[in-house]
Amino acid sequence: MEARTTLLANAPALEERAWRIRRNALRMGQVQGQGYIAQALGVADVLAVSYFHALSYRPEEPDWEGRDRFLLSIGHYAIALYAALIEAGIIPPDELESYGTDDSRLPMSGMASYTPGMEISGGSLGIGLGIAVGIGLGLKRKSSDRFVYNLMSDGELDEGPTWEAAMSAGHWRLDNLICIVDVNRMQADGVSTGVLNFEPLPAKWEAFGWHVQRVDGNDMGALVQAFDTARALTEPKPRVIICDTRMAKGVPFLEAREKSHFLRVEPHEWDLAIEALDAGRGA
Amino acid sequence: MSRVRRGPWAAGMAGTPAAAMSDPSKPRLTTSAMIASLVSEGQRSSTAPFGHALVEAARNRPDIVGMTADLGKYTDLHIFGAEYPDRYYQMGMAEQNMMLAAAGMAHEGFVPFVTTYAVFASRRTYDFISQGIVEEGLNVKICCALPGLTTGYGPSHQATEDIAIFRGMPDLTIVDPCDALDIGQATHAIAAHQGPVYMRLLRGKVPLVLDEYDYRFELGRASLLRDGADVLVISSGLMTMRALEAAKLLETDRVSVAVLHSPTIKPLDEATIVREAGRGGRAVVVAENHSVIGGLGEAVAGALLRNGVAPPLFRQVALPDVFLDAGALPTLHDRYGISAEAMARSIKGWL
Repeated sequence: MEARTTLLANAPALEERAWRIRRNALRMGQVQGQGYIAQALGVADVLAVSYFHALSYRPEEPDWEGRDRFLLSIGHYAIALYAALIEAGIIPPDELESYGTDDSRLPMSGMASYTPGMEISGGSLGIGLGIAVGIGLGLKRKSSDRFVYNLMSDGELDEGPTWEAAMSAGHWRLDNLICIVDVNRMQADGVSTGVLNFEPLPAKWEAFGWHVQRVDGNDMGALVQAFDTARALTEPKPRVIICDTRMAKGVPFLEAREKSHFLRVEPHEWDLAIEALDAGRGA
Repeated sequence: MSRVRRGPWAAGMAGTPAAAMSDPSKPRLTTSAMIASLVSEGQRSSTAPFGHALVEAARNRPDIVGMTADLGKYTDLHIFGAEYPDRYYQMGMAEQNMMLAAAGMAHEGFVPFVTTYAVFASRRTYDFISQGIVEEGLNVKICCALPGLTTGYGPSHQATEDIAIFRGMPDLTIVDPCDALDIGQATHAIAAHQGPVYMRLLRGKVPLVLDEYDYRFELGRASLLRDGADVLVISSGLMTMRALEAAKLLETDRVSVAVLHSPTIKPLDEATIVREAGRGGRAVVVAENHSVIGGLGEAVAGALLRNGVAPPLFRQVALPDVFLDAGALPTLHDRYGISAEAMARSIKGWL
């Protein structure tokens, strides 16, 4: 039986899932005293819709053949995916405390060799989409009707292999491939479009043969609709959902802080951040 | 502006036509097609050993697929493609994406044989092989034509340092087979092996030599092809053919040469190499179609030092640590000392 939890009548709402993902991420950041927390808070809604609306998987059997594949190309977003995998029941909640510590299954950068539910070793940015192309081809060889999702960042749009993969997916008409681009407009050296301008983004993907949607990545309703559209589409094309997200979303004082790729959070601020998140719960 | 000059310019004759550099009494050879056959006159050969062996290996293995980056015809993978069109993936001239797609295919349980030229796999796609394929131990076989100095096109296509590059990658098996027989058997062996492999290929019309010896390819094993009292040549790839020829040439000079063929570069068969090098106080010469830096020669040297074996003489027959010239292969093989004649001359001079 598929663990598409939204099918369950008493399943928590997606907003509640997103809140728990954010809270898990903040707790991990607190344990480490650091982490890519702004990215995690920003992408939490995308992960909530992915894991609690769109994906099929079995929490007790992460390698189940019938699962949808979800690739985390952006290894440094691992804190966000762990938060989601804990909420999904794939990683036990008490492992959260081990994040980024020696001998943990939850290293700072996501690796398939460490963590159940982590499909690939990302981190060398720009490799996820190409692997997704191969998985898409492989699923078709097996006549599987599963999807492969690739979550990437706008910074990865700078990488040449992203566009090799985009062209390849278009060429092979990979209608089982859904790429999610988290556009939070911030990369290591500053504002993404200032580092290397990737706009006009939808036109680029369209030119490579993709079905394109661009949504507010922190609007749950819009995300659900975009994922549903991407999955239901009958056009033989790969699909991309460009998600404009706000870094540190859900913790107003961090959202307001001057943005940087690696958001500094002072030791006393973690509790304040969790309080602020809790205050916004259900709001 | 300062710029490196090569060919006739290198001799300080800027602007001098190349013809002025040559001996006018000799006809000048021309750079042949991209892939010149290494078959010499009268030598037996076999066509497309890799392609035909892969067709056989895949007969009862539906998990084997082929992927190429616009070089199917130039790596003999097109033979596989003709036999199994639905298992043949033309990935376009996008080597980085091909390596990642191969990783994805391997994720789904398939065993991709991916082909391109050795220069592109090693220099261009290193990170994609490392992080996409090998870090996860995925079962991908990277089979590459134009290893070392097997084209006269110049450094853009001469993979003189591919082994040096790949030896640093943990968990990657590296194979450098000698001739058509070796390539065929190695193809079956790597198909049966679980884990990522980089294999160097000769393609097209490939010399057939090792069938005259009591030899069979075994992954991870070096094999003594002939014994000799004065010199032990340890070699891989096409240099094993050259070593066998050089050994015959040296017989006339009463120099007795043993040839130990080590087609698996990593993991190296250190036990056999150390045992042979420690036997009989022979000079040790390592011969490889690769730079003197970071290849079989240095791997053997390290193994000998670590094991306390000190031969009376240690030398390398290998390509110099320079960007090589463009030109005709026979000219270049002579120039850089990897023809059988040049190798025999070098060995004689060292004794």
